[in-house]
Amino acid sequence: MAHIQVEENIPGIRSLVLFRPETGKPLYDLAQVLLRGPSSLSEAERELIAAYVSYRNECIFCMSSHAAAARCLYGPDKNLVDEVLHDMQQSGVSDKLKALLHIAGKVQVLGREVTPEDIAAARVLGADDREIHDTVLIAAAFSMFNRYVDGLASFTPTDLAVYEAMGERMAKGYVLPASPEPK
Amino acid sequence: MPYIPLEDHLPGITGLLEYSKETAAPIRELTQILLRGPSTLTEGERELIATVVSHRNQCTFCTTAHTAAANILLGEEETSARVKQDIITAPVSEKMKALLTIAAQVQQGGKNVTTASVQKAKEAGATDIEIHDTVLIAALFCLYNRYVDGLATVTPTDPAFYKGLGERLKNNGYNRLPQGYEHLKK
Repeated sequence: MAHIQVEENIPGIRSLVLFRPETGKPLYDLAQVLLRGPSSLSEAERELIAAYVSYRNECIFCMSSHAAAARCLYGPDKNLVDEVLHDMQQSGVSDKLKALLHIAGKVQVLGREVTPEDIAAARVLGADDREIHDTVLIAAAFSMFNRYVDGLASFTPTDLAVYEAMGERMAKGYVLPASPEPK
Repeated sequence: MPYIPLEDHLPGITGLLEYSKETAAPIRELTQILLRGPSTLTEGERELIATVVSHRNQCTFCTTAHTAAANILLGEEETSARVKQDIITAPVSEKMKALLTIAAQVQQGGKNVTTASVQKAKEAGATDIEIHDTVLIAALFCLYNRYVDGLATVTPTDPAFYKGLGERLKNNGYNRLPQGYEHLKK
């Protein structure tokens, strides 16, 4: 049960933003601009960074939902998502994306863990300033979202089918929920 | 030196928020609501939550900036120093001790927040909104601290810089200055 009185049976962050829509709006706006706004990283790649950080933070709700969104966006290459969550370095994603995921993993631990060598390695593989910026901010943002979702013990569904449907909805974008979903 | 090109006259978070204004807008809006919006926690108390989390994330820029803001809002410097040292013996209310304890647990990880610590906060009079906002402020500073240090932004060492920044945070809050930041160029 959640630590505060939120609507029961509404999963994860949705229950929290329905509890406090004032803060919910900028949280959803941030997710939308970071994960769906203009970027030379694809939406699938950005969702993968989100899922990877959430996995490292052991946030089951965020990890499962963003992995589902990433699978949806990767389409025929959706197996890459599970490869990265299983063993990032051995996965089939590009070396550039590996270098960015490595930086995201450092950010997940703490900002000061990121070294000039980590950045240089990403640049050699073609990452530009904007991609490095976006990677760090996505990783930092999920260090927030994960703590928000788990810090208030919001409801984490265990049925994988729930996340599949969630991922399909998330792939279309992040819109603040207006009212509880029909049961 | 920062890992990406940021304006020299805007150290710490400000250079990042100006570098990426599209992402800065919701981050600023969220911070303004949480730290300056209507709340039963005072602005000083909310700055103490930001200070404790930034301190525990070892982010010197954010810790010094929010310590300065808290000191100005509280009108003294002892409380911010003591909460960084030890929450339990710091000169704050039982409710604030319980909320700062929750914030410190959030800093470690969301799952570290215990039912017992939430219960303690409720027994000390904390409302659900106060607990919600404490968790979200703590989580938000886990974002800020990683953003600021993860891109190696410049951390000024001159105390006068933070005094000026603290004043700006008291007088203008977290919204982008309407006139921008060109006037800070020396």
